[in-house]
Amino acid sequence: MSTMTFGRAINAGLRRAMDDDPKVVLLGEDIGRLGGVFRITDGLQKDFGAHRVMDTPLAEAGIMGTAVGMAYRGYRPVVEIQFDGFIYPAFDQIVSQVAKLHYRTRGAVRMPITIRVPFGGGIGSPEHHSESPEAYFTHTSGLRVVSPSNPQDAYSMIQQAVASDDPVLYFEPKRRYHVKGEVDEAEDLSASDMGSARVVTEGRDVTLVTYGPLVPTARDAAIAASDDGISIEVIDLRSLAPIDFPTVEASVRKTGRLVVTHEAARSGGLGAEIAASITERCFDYLEHAPVRVTGFDIPYPYSKLEFHHLPDLDRILDGVDRVLRRPNSLSGLDMEGPAQ
Amino acid sequence: MTQDGARPGSGFTGGDDDAGPASGLVLPGPARPGADEPVQLIDPSGVRHPHGHYDPLVADVDGAALQKLYEDMVVVRRIDAEATALQRQGELALWPPLLGQEAAQIGSGRALRSDDFVFSSYRENAVAYCRGVDLADILRVWRGNASSGWDPYTINMATPQVIIGAQTLHATGYAMGIINDGADSVAVTYFGDGATSQGDVNEAMVFAASYQAPVVFFCQNNHWAISEPVGLQAHVPIARRAPGFGIPSVRVDGNDVLACLAVTREALARARSGGGPTFIEAVTYRMGPHTTADDPTRYRDPNELEDWAARDPLARLATLLDSLGLLEADYTDAVKARADAVAAELREGCLSMPEPAPSDVFRHVYSAPHSELERQQDHYERYLSSFDQPAQEGHR
Repeated sequence: MSTMTFGRAINAGLRRAMDDDPKVVLLGEDIGRLGGVFRITDGLQKDFGAHRVMDTPLAEAGIMGTAVGMAYRGYRPVVEIQFDGFIYPAFDQIVSQVAKLHYRTRGAVRMPITIRVPFGGGIGSPEHHSESPEAYFTHTSGLRVVSPSNPQDAYSMIQQAVASDDPVLYFEPKRRYHVKGEVDEAEDLSASDMGSARVVTEGRDVTLVTYGPLVPTARDAAIAASDDGISIEVIDLRSLAPIDFPTVEASVRKTGRLVVTHEAARSGGLGAEIAASITERCFDYLEHAPVRVTGFDIPYPYSKLEFHHLPDLDRILDGVDRVLRRPNSLSGLDMEGPAQ
Repeated sequence: MTQDGARPGSGFTGGDDDAGPASGLVLPGPARPGADEPVQLIDPSGVRHPHGHYDPLVADVDGAALQKLYEDMVVVRRIDAEATALQRQGELALWPPLLGQEAAQIGSGRALRSDDFVFSSYRENAVAYCRGVDLADILRVWRGNASSGWDPYTINMATPQVIIGAQTLHATGYAMGIINDGADSVAVTYFGDGATSQGDVNEAMVFAASYQAPVVFFCQNNHWAISEPVGLQAHVPIARRAPGFGIPSVRVDGNDVLACLAVTREALARARSGGGPTFIEAVTYRMGPHTTADDPTRYRDPNELEDWAARDPLARLATLLDSLGLLEADYTDAVKARADAVAAELREGCLSMPEPAPSDVFRHVYSAPHSELERQQDHYERYLSSFDQPAQEGHR
């Protein structure tokens, strides 16, 4: 067991994956000598060589499309997209090629590609550097989508992603890169499932579902709520596609109330999917309609206003108040009803 | 001069020794006068012309080998006609004919080694034929029975690509893998003139040049991207673009099977020996529609078709063979019998293709279990099976 930052844990996980399998290769802009703009691949080119840690031309479709070709050849490419907002030029290669080639070839061709995406806001960046595009990819069949929230998961899940024969979008909450935590580097990965959700704190009154960057915020909300005698069960999804619904379902059957929170915009987002799916599965158990606490349906705002957009502890607690029908809701609005 | 104005063979006067050892080759650097003239070994009237640079590359192609190339082209033209007929008879939803492009595809396809790997678009059925595809597999996609016709690794040819130009990046990435493996095989990618406008094709050339990847870009400039003439895609010969990326290129008469074989062999040899990528522009013509859903009479001057019919790739080789005394009746009868047999096999394979099962829609989306998809499959299978059970009271 050792203490390391979230970013360092990804580095350690990549290093172990590359040690274990010579077919693992890394492609991306600035990932070699620089070690990536966030230094996640720091030292890997030096230790594994430029043929395994490849600095690429500045072309996202090119990076993704050549990764497809390398996968055809039997390699397991790990692609770094420098920032969330830069993934769109590669969108066609991801959704039309990476996601579909296994299906298209009736299983003959595997696409064991890991796509690392630093995502989310909260670091004061200019536009295109703080987006949460995960729903585009959870909507695409053939892709698996995950997002770790702590150094241990970051370490473990990057190895699981690389080992997966399916393509995996690995969304890294960039504002958590420098958060430290304990990492058991000897963890038996075969004993855990990349697709399983984790119950962060147990509770009996409200189920609070989130992932990635907002997990620590949700946990803080649970601690704050406990001062008011409200018991929140926080679930870290870890996997966004597929979603571990049985874990969420079991929690909601217990609490009868669901709040989902994410940084991404609300409409058509994961919160909508989770609310709808849980309503279908647990309608008779719900005491209140599920509530979403999300980013607004706006382009990601400039940095001085981004904290209005990002759900924080108070907005999450406001959502909790609403499913509990508590009169001290900060907004005082019933979001499900017409505006007065 | 726009691409529309470029005419293969026009003004061709025979041997090109004076133009240097690699006439037709465009090396990185300023464009050379004359370099846009397509390489041609057999002219439209069927006359074989000597060529100082390319003749040695096809020195082994004797009369029997020429006859084999002719047979290939007759067979794939017959495949095309049979598939078109099957579509008209309602057996195929769609078919993209390659009529007129037989020489470009057979000439290049016959240059490949079995361990080379092809990434093509949807029109390269003659290349698939060269790779040894099971005939019915060519039709599987167009009959709607599968998303792909074959296992790419059985014939070393990827699933034909529908997204225009995407496959050029796959070929380049595959070639980067070849470098890492220390192998001497080559990735070859086929695409049309329209694809050269796509970002993917341009990015593929950037990557190929940067890593000196063993990839051959084989562009069939067939002059039309559905209804858009090549002049809308390019104002200079397409082959001139590649040197800007640091990739040597060559224009070849795409209706001359021997020239296509020669330039492809040269490109493959360069790639195998560490010389990196090559761009080939085969100047040819799509004589049929884009697909059977298309109507070229709405956008194409009939005189243009007539001009190109005079440069038909089969006719010129037939004339050459005839002049060599290699087109006797017993030979042509055998070729026709072979084409008829292939067509019969194709038709039989099409009509006897088993229908897919409903649950097949769920297969191969993922390589490992996926909880949400399993749930959907389970629900749907139970729903379907409910039709097999006797109606019970209260059921609809």
